[in-house]
Amino acid sequence: MAHAILVVGEVADGALAPITAEMLGAARRLSDGGTVGCALIGSGVQANAQDAIALGADEVLVVDDAQLADYNTDTYLQAMLAVNEQAAAPIALFGQTDMGRDLAPRLAFRLGTGVIMDTVELAIEGGRLHATRPCYGGNARAVNAVQSDPQIATVRAKSQDPAEADASRQGQTTAVAVAIDSAAVRVKVTDRQGAAAEGVRLEDADIVIAGGRGIGGPEQFDVIEELAGVLGAAIGASRAVCDLDWRPVAEQIGLTGKIVSPTLYIAVAISGASQHTAGCSGAKNIVAINKDPDANIFKTSRFGIVEDFNKVMKPLIEAVKKERGG
Amino acid sequence: MHIIVCVKQVQDWDIPPSSFKIDEATKVVTPPAGVAPVPSQFDTIGVEAAMRLKDNDPDAKVTIMSMGPEGARDVIKHSLAMGADEGLLLTDPLFEDLDWYQVALVLSAAVKKAEDANLVICGRQAVDWDMGVSGSGIAELLDWPALTICKDVQVSDGTLSVERVLMDGYETVEAALPAVVTVSNELGEPRYPKLQQIMQAAKKQVTVWSAADLGLDASQLGADARKLTLERLYVPVSDVECLIMEGDTPEEKAQNLAKALAEAKLI
Ligand SMILES: Cc1cc2nc3c(=O)[nH]c(=O)nc-3n(C[C@H](O)[C@H](O)[C@H](O)COP(=O)(O)OP(=O)(O)OC[C@H]3O[C@@H](n4cnc5c(N)ncnc54)[C@H](O)[C@@H]3O)c2cc1C
Ligand SMILES: Nc1ncnc2c1ncn2[C@@H]1O[C@H](COP(=O)(O)O)[C@@H](O)[C@H]1O
Repeated sequence: MAHAILVVGEVADGALAPITAEMLGAARRLSDGGTVGCALIGSGVQANAQDAIALGADEVLVVDDAQLADYNTDTYLQAMLAVNEQAAAPIALFGQTDMGRDLAPRLAFRLGTGVIMDTVELAIEGGRLHATRPCYGGNARAVNAVQSDPQIATVRAKSQDPAEADASRQGQTTAVAVAIDSAAVRVKVTDRQGAAAEGVRLEDADIVIAGGRGIGGPEQFDVIEELAGVLGAAIGASRAVCDLDWRPVAEQIGLTGKIVSPTLYIAVAISGASQHTAGCSGAKNIVAINKDPDANIFKTSRFGIVEDFNKVMKPLIEAVKKERGG
Repeated sequence: MHIIVCVKQVQDWDIPPSSFKIDEATKVVTPPAGVAPVPSQFDTIGVEAAMRLKDNDPDAKVTIMSMGPEGARDVIKHSLAMGADEGLLLTDPLFEDLDWYQVALVLSAAVKKAEDANLVICGRQAVDWDMGVSGSGIAELLDWPALTICKDVQVSDGTLSVERVLMDGYETVEAALPAVVTVSNELGEPRYPKLQQIMQAAKKQVTVWSAADLGLDASQLGADARKLTLERLYVPVSDVECLIMEGDTPEEKAQNLAKALAEAKLI
């Protein structure tokens, strides 16, 4: 079946990744009555096909192979080439994820077509996909179009409204046979280390408290941890903090870190460089605590305190407890 | 081992957002007056990665390759001062307004012409457009593997072993040379050139190649051959008004914030 749009889905911990639901939402909106295909590549991913259909896929193209249990550029590229041929879609969307940012460019160059990375807005104009992406560290937005097919783009997490799941939706599941050519597999993944996240997952948290270089050292994060504990919040950090090894890289928020969109984002001693706010500008409410009244972070914040954080955190923790009736 | 590090010259990213300007009509970024262009941040980290490999293998040759205007010599010089051996400047009027496919075409053609190069190091993304595709593109056009977004790069007996940064952790990946690697800031701070090294760098050789030297012409590098077009470029506007908490003491400010958050039903 030829499709209007192909969404390259991802499965994490046995479930469809949120970015896949977001892309299916976007694809339904953009397809203008055309059909939407969804690729699922991995091991055991057949089980998730119905979920993708419920979220808007008309056909799920499954490459289910034990050899594809973990991402590897070379094996996934082979699977993608087969899926792409079968889907014959003029547009293919990937998530801006570990997989998408490695595989989408590789596929585009293999097919001799263009790719637009890390897009946040998608529209069809004059029959072509017009994708808006932040550039210059978040200072600017560019609208790009690919003039060759397939038009490939990666989509930033949380930038699109996910489709509502409808369990009664009908669709087709097609197994795509791929015989992995081991001679073309030149990279070997020998080890994978996860960063064991404690408490609330950063990407899913409703409240995030992030600390910047102004915190002054790893021990000084104890007040951030204390407030996070009171609010049930996840902890984030600026790149400066992660580069200094005060906090793990997995907590980095921003352009080259994680994208979060909590209801409340509290930035403590963070200057608010565009590359940082690129990761939190989707937050419904940003609160800034910074001793510099001219700090850039206040430009994107709804509430602010101009003060040395050392002096406000303890009283803030007490006042928050009181407001919450604790 | 011959390592080519791709270093792009970009506008300084460390400027106040208020001095970031765009000409929407021509869709170009207007560089701030009096601020010199710099090597792209991740590319200097690429030079550091190459120098660490050379620290372990003094026979390794490190070439710094930059495509851009004549002025891109400055970023080559800076990288040579970090200890690299030679420079390679790709400059030609035809290189002025390329899309990413064309960039990878030029860079990969130069790697081919360099003949003995067996490791290409790029930044994870150039910090002007933040696209992050050229490393994979060069690899694809050379038919080499690419190992992207790395924080550690080792070579022993012709085998490359890297640690790739993932959203939640990292993975170790191996491949035989030749290969392309792209690096991220987690690799560590780039070394700072010493005065004596800066003086030595002035004497190091910088080869200049044009499109014709690489066997490329306007049919491949012209505007018509672009696969990606720029339809619009603008500066996003934020409409958020920040309410700064009043108070004579830090305690009062903290209490007012907690109150405001409770009233907005945020806590
Ligand atoms: C290509 C590229 C990608 C990048 N990606 C990211 C990214 O993903 N995430 C990211 O965060 N950054 C990223 N950066 C880096 C970014 O540009 C900034 O350098 C970084 O965010 C600065 O971190 P910071 O605000 O913690 O530190 P600083 O800029 O040093 O700011 C510290 C702040 O703390 C305040 N302060 C100091 N002491 C106190 C105190 N006692 N009380 C209250 N306030 C205090 C200061 O007024 C200042 O505003 C990237 C940069 C580039 C070029
Ligand atoms: N004009 C250029 N000269 C040298 N290297 C480049 C150039 N453009 C891109 N690169 C390399 O490719 C990487 C990724 O660039 P990009 O795909 O544009 O984000 C950069 O970090 C550089 O290492």
